[in-house]
Amino acid sequence: AMDTDLSSQDRKDLDKFIKFFALKTVQVIVQARLGEKICTRSSSSPTGSDWFNLAIKDIPEVTHEAKKALAGQLPAVGRSMCVEISLKTSEGDSMELEIWCLEMNEKCDKEIKVSYTVYNRLSLLLKSLLAITRVTPAYRLSRKQGHEYVILYRIYFGEVQLSGLGEGFQTVRVGTVGTPVGTITLSCAYRINLAFMSTRQFERTPPIMGIIIDHFVDRPYPSSSPMHPCNYRAGEDNGAVYPSVEDSQEVCTTSFSTSPPSQCVFTVTKAHFQTPPPVVTDTLKVPVMGLAFSHQLSSSRLSYQPAALGVGSADMGYPVLFAGGLNAAHPHQLIGPGKEGGVPTVPSQPAHGTQADQERMCTPLDGVHYSAATPSSSEDTETVSNSSEGKCGSPHDLLETIFIRKVGAFVNKPINQVTMANLDIPFAMFAPKNVELEDNDPMVNPPESPETESPLQGSLHSEGSSGSSTGNTHDDFVMIDFKPAFSKDDILPMDLGTFYREFQNPPQLSSLSIDIGAQSMAEDLDSLPEKLAVHEKNVKEFDAFVETLQ
Amino acid sequence: PLSTRCCAPSRAAPAMNCRAEVLEVSVEGRQVEEAMLAVLHTVLLHRSTGKFHYKKEGTYSISTVGTQDVDCDFIDFAYVRVSSEELDRALRKAVGEFKDALRGSGSDGMGQISLEFYQKKKSRWPFSDECIPWELWTIKVNVVNLANEQERQICREKVGEKLCEKIINIVEVMNRHEYLPKMPTQSEVDNVFDTSLKDVQPYLYKISYQITDSLGTSVTTTMRRLIKDTLAL
Repeated sequence: AMDTDLSSQDRKDLDKFIKFFALKTVQVIVQARLGEKICTRSSSSPTGSDWFNLAIKDIPEVTHEAKKALAGQLPAVGRSMCVEISLKTSEGDSMELEIWCLEMNEKCDKEIKVSYTVYNRLSLLLKSLLAITRVTPAYRLSRKQGHEYVILYRIYFGEVQLSGLGEGFQTVRVGTVGTPVGTITLSCAYRINLAFMSTRQFERTPPIMGIIIDHFVDRPYPSSSPMHPCNYRAGEDNGAVYPSVEDSQEVCTTSFSTSPPSQCVFTVTKAHFQTPPPVVTDTLKVPVMGLAFSHQLSSSRLSYQPAALGVGSADMGYPVLFAGGLNAAHPHQLIGPGKEGGVPTVPSQPAHGTQADQERMCTPLDGVHYSAATPSSSEDTETVSNSSEGKCGSPHDLLETIFIRKVGAFVNKPINQVTMANLDIPFAMFAPKNVELEDNDPMVNPPESPETESPLQGSLHSEGSSGSSTGNTHDDFVMIDFKPAFSKDDILPMDLGTFYREFQNPPQLSSLSIDIGAQSMAEDLDSLPEKLAVHEKNVKEFDAFVETLQ
Repeated sequence: PLSTRCCAPSRAAPAMNCRAEVLEVSVEGRQVEEAMLAVLHTVLLHRSTGKFHYKKEGTYSISTVGTQDVDCDFIDFAYVRVSSEELDRALRKAVGEFKDALRGSGSDGMGQISLEFYQKKKSRWPFSDECIPWELWTIKVNVVNLANEQERQICREKVGEKLCEKIINIVEVMNRHEYLPKMPTQSEVDNVFDTSLKDVQPYLYKISYQITDSLGTSVTTTMRRLIKDTLAL
């Protein structure tokens, strides 16, 4: 049907709303999978540049990817914008977790007012999206990422593909907004069959004895990212609120009217964004999980073979968000296993049709350190970065370093790579053997305890034995072959062990010994009559006090 | 008996029903506050806008609302709320009172807290302004006692899952795009919105609660009981 009812201004506005709605949708979804708490500030006066009156940050890479996927088109019937969220383990296994779909159907609402009702409903829908992105299973997985797995995102445009979600996937509807050209629908299909990796596997079930697994594992990241308030207003003056996107972003300054909506004033201004000063971050310690791949931006869509990690297909993930940190001059440059530090050869044809099949990693943000403004060339023709500058040194070495990890004492890995001989850890005997049966795990089923009373109990209540490190305590000790964590027999003297043993049998408290106790009691008894006299004098006060309580 | 209220239709405008939604949760005592806050904040996220700034010719622009993630300590759950410390404080105060009332004597751990959105309708003297509710959210709470740590751990997860369902329910209701008060003129804005906060503008709302005592009858808030007792003297 021809949209003759819709004025051309309204049509233009509607298209713009839908475009920016799509971009904001992607931002909300990706940011919700970064693994960090998101926090943006409310402003008390209108900024004129916050789409849908919501403070949603624009991560430049994400906007770029979304625009690339959309390629100037808008969601329409049969052409949906999809954000695919998947999980990739450090071993290279990957699994699709969710597909977020922004679709358009044919059901039109001709009566609705574009620049008023549609806009406000889109704003409401974004709020719903904020809420819903926290309640699907992938949220909790993404909050725990960084160690054994990372969360990746991929944007594509076209037909929705749900087959990767496994059987029995569930859908949740975020919401719909009717417009004169069709109804916008936002929904999420998510996997529930997390068969080979349950959320439990990635949870830090508290280990016995309070020892954290982390101590035994080389972590590619610094310890779990602290909560950063995403205060993107800091350091910027009033004009520019966001880091700029490639083109000067058209800004919707929407004024609303309380008189009939047809008189709504609606202005569009091109905001003059200042490029925020390039933020130089600390040199990133190595790689980002070794899933970093060098990436060139050029006008052709790329997909290319990763050098290692056994990722066979052209799908790959790389950490978008460290771009800024790695190279302020070439914001999209990433360190990675290029071929001997050079540029991987770029096939002239993308491997997967015309879709840009590139996965992006949602990794924890290092505060607000996004890349500086990209070169001001237009969005689709970025200059090719010099990825050949040997920033990575020997990328293959780096990769290898990362993946030889010590296995923690309580790691529940059903993988045969771990052999007892390699383990250089305390409690080694309790690390799972190749056949991982709970029955065999002494931590779960401790061996028969000896007939004497529990030595732990005994030592804590021992009287008289003073600090002697007799053999008694640890001979009967059921669980531990006395090797305290953090100390090794052959390297260091067992200071910690000695300390521990001594304090198993502390000396008696002096106040508990009979002589001293008796003495103080005698004193107390003597002073009693005095105290009673004083209290009797004040009895009226006490009575009055009690009255007030009733 | 715990009943949901419907409001009387307003005089001048066409008959308007008050939309009523009821949610039920069973939680452990220490989870009450977080569960209530999660639900109330989620509703208010959808029912708050930025501050209106009126300009000439009856137009207005809207300031920006920020949001932030909140992690629960006693529930495996996280939710999003608007970034407004004032609003958060107001909700925490109400929820704190509710929690104390639930714990107090005469309660067997059942109660409900209600969030009502209303419009004010100015009346001529000597009549006071009418408050006309247009949406009512009621959360029924059942406090359970758990015996050991293992049960508590399971409860953490289960309540987390339940709250996820509640959030989805709330979003479903919001998405129906049913009645919302008309956007007010500058002179009317205080009849529709709470303009007292400095960075967000929720629709006018009030929070109230009821505790069921062990006899199954509803007991109103402490204040009312005190007044009754005083009068009985």
